[in-house]
Amino acid sequence: MTWGLWESYMLPGIWITIQVTVYSAALAAAVSFVVGILRSSPLWIVRFLSGAYFEIFRGASALVFMFWLFFALPIAFGWQLVPMWAGVLALGLTYGAYGSEVVRGALAAVSPAQREAGIALSFTRMQRLRRIELPQAWPEMVPPFNNLAIELLKGTALVSVISVADMTFAANLIRFTTNESAPIYTLLLVMYFVLAFLITRGMRLVERKAKAGIGQAPPPGGGLLGGLRRRTKTADPVTGTAGAGTPGGNQ
Amino acid sequence: MSADTPRENATTSTAADGRELIRFDKVTKRFGDHVVLDQLEFSVSAGKHVTLIGPSGSGKTTILRLLMTLLRPDEGVITVDGDHLTHEEKGGRLVPAGEKHTREVRKKIGMVFQQFNLFPNMKVLRNITEAPVHVLGMGKDEAEQQARELLEKVGLTEHIDKYPSQLSGGQQQRVAIARALAMSPKVLLLDEVTSALDPELVAGVLDVLRDIAHTTDITMLVVTHEMNFARDISDDVLMFNEGKVIESGPPEKIFNDPDHERTREFLGAIL
Amino acid sequence: MNWNWDVVDDFMPRFWDGVLVTLQALVLGSLLAFTLGLVWAIAQRSSKAWVRMPVTAVTEFIRNTPLLVQLFFLFYVVPEWGPAMSPLMTGVIGLGLHYSTYTAEVYRAGIDGVPKGQWEAATALSLPPVRTWTAVILPQAIRRVVPALGNYVIAMLKDSPLIAIIGAFEMLGEARAYGSETFRFLEPITVVGIAFIVIAYPASLLIRALERRLVR
Repeated sequence: MTWGLWESYMLPGIWITIQVTVYSAALAAAVSFVVGILRSSPLWIVRFLSGAYFEIFRGASALVFMFWLFFALPIAFGWQLVPMWAGVLALGLTYGAYGSEVVRGALAAVSPAQREAGIALSFTRMQRLRRIELPQAWPEMVPPFNNLAIELLKGTALVSVISVADMTFAANLIRFTTNESAPIYTLLLVMYFVLAFLITRGMRLVERKAKAGIGQAPPPGGGLLGGLRRRTKTADPVTGTAGAGTPGGNQ
Repeated sequence: MSADTPRENATTSTAADGRELIRFDKVTKRFGDHVVLDQLEFSVSAGKHVTLIGPSGSGKTTILRLLMTLLRPDEGVITVDGDHLTHEEKGGRLVPAGEKHTREVRKKIGMVFQQFNLFPNMKVLRNITEAPVHVLGMGKDEAEQQARELLEKVGLTEHIDKYPSQLSGGQQQRVAIARALAMSPKVLLLDEVTSALDPELVAGVLDVLRDIAHTTDITMLVVTHEMNFARDISDDVLMFNEGKVIESGPPEKIFNDPDHERTREFLGAIL
Repeated sequence: MNWNWDVVDDFMPRFWDGVLVTLQALVLGSLLAFTLGLVWAIAQRSSKAWVRMPVTAVTEFIRNTPLLVQLFFLFYVVPEWGPAMSPLMTGVIGLGLHYSTYTAEVYRAGIDGVPKGQWEAATALSLPPVRTWTAVILPQAIRRVVPALGNYVIAMLKDSPLIAIIGAFEMLGEARAYGSETFRFLEPITVVGIAFIVIAYPASLLIRALERRLVR
């Protein structure tokens, strides 16, 4: 691989991968909070609809959905999405469904005594959510969000299939040009791993801050070889269920 | 508030010697088949300190939770300071109250919990100012000024900038008392406020409550197992058994010379 | 909206071909993931660092990099050194290898969940390590992990369309091929999308029921 190929394909590809990750993470976060909060609504119809969203997008395949947005949507409704936005939409909506389970689980884990204390001080439901329940649930959400963000980063490779020129797309082009596959794919895997590592570092800072914000001791550092994943008691981002670290939630 | 009732004149809480602040009218509460409160009738006059005693499961805590609207009664009406707590009048008929009405009435009631239930995500000062600012619409400076005064009263001024997790149980409970008082409630509910504390921390909390009982005109409804404390602060003691008040009267009478066999048994077991 | 049921009818035979390939990939991939995952989990508990460390490093690397790129690697790089594999075979190995790094974590948690006393009792009875694993630890661990493994089978189902990209004609591959031949994309892709939800939802209900029965 020459510098020319690297400069003209791979560097812009890295930038596109980062953009797709950031945009779809932002969309997924918004969906996570909205759907996660609605899933604990006192109104059954709201719970039902938000629960249906979760079940449908948990069952859907991100790649099929992306194909549908890219190939079928223009035919069905005449809306032609820019490829990158089709990718962001598919990833954001899918991973947002998993994220809603993180938010719902963390809110459910806030002690009922806290809700009662909020009622005793005459806070409204929205005030309790905003001032008491969400701030307390937030530190619990960070580790599963970390895992989810890594899954999302891995998922961004799919956008190459709908011709978004991300890192994977660039690697395919380079393989095509140079006819050498081993070095470029090895390098590509390493780059994804490095990005996942950076996400974990960043999220650990967020967690440290979040815990300090409610007067808890910061989490252990974990060290360089501590692994990128955090073992979590709440939702698992791959299956959308209780974490793999604890089969059945607990024993 | 009408706190001009001389304490010596206190007889029973149902006597009409003060304005009636809390009234339970034929209140029944069931959990499944289990009847916790059975057609309960009692009332508390303004400024009185009433202690509820009785074996566990006799319905004392249920009364506090009903007043806090953490539970709803199955039958009967609860009135607080002339307003129905769980019902409102619409077109001359009593209908179950909406959230807004309930919250308005509930603002007159403050509660201190067994487990303190301070908000761990807020420092001491904000625990106390949060509700006055966002529920009562008090100005931030005014709320902070009030919080400082309350913290001085409970002897915790130097801890104003700490998180609850950095305080001892007794200190947390005193913050919780300040937090409840910051809403200027007419009634203060105390739900076994010392049961979760290490024995050496109990006295500090009880001293604070004694001070409040003797220096303010706030009405108190107390569930406790601290009989000395109950004797000290109560105007009236209500003895509960199986969801009913079986005996009531001033503490001297109930503790020294109860009429009811069940009361004697209960006091004998815990004193 | 120009939905045409005739197109659906026309696509259905190829859809069923695709379902067959999807199921093959899923069953074989799951078997591989279950077996390899167990190997990783036991290796990670080894007392020998030269076994534990490389296995941990490799599984960690595979788990944190995209399945799609791993499929490209298997499809384009591996044949340079060894035998060429069919797209389906490559897909099975890719799915199985990728998900084995997740099932390894499931097994790990299941094994950790077996009380310490069981290990001590096995030691007290002087059971050899193989007996300890096969007769004492694994039977207790597996029971707990069945629902969690099931959830990963569903996750694998949703990732199975990725093998279409290296040319295996599972459901999505058939839909894409049909689309590029007839220029009708709407119906085949919609059918396939719904098929995934229709398979995944009852499956996840089943696993939740299983979870209640096995884990308590």
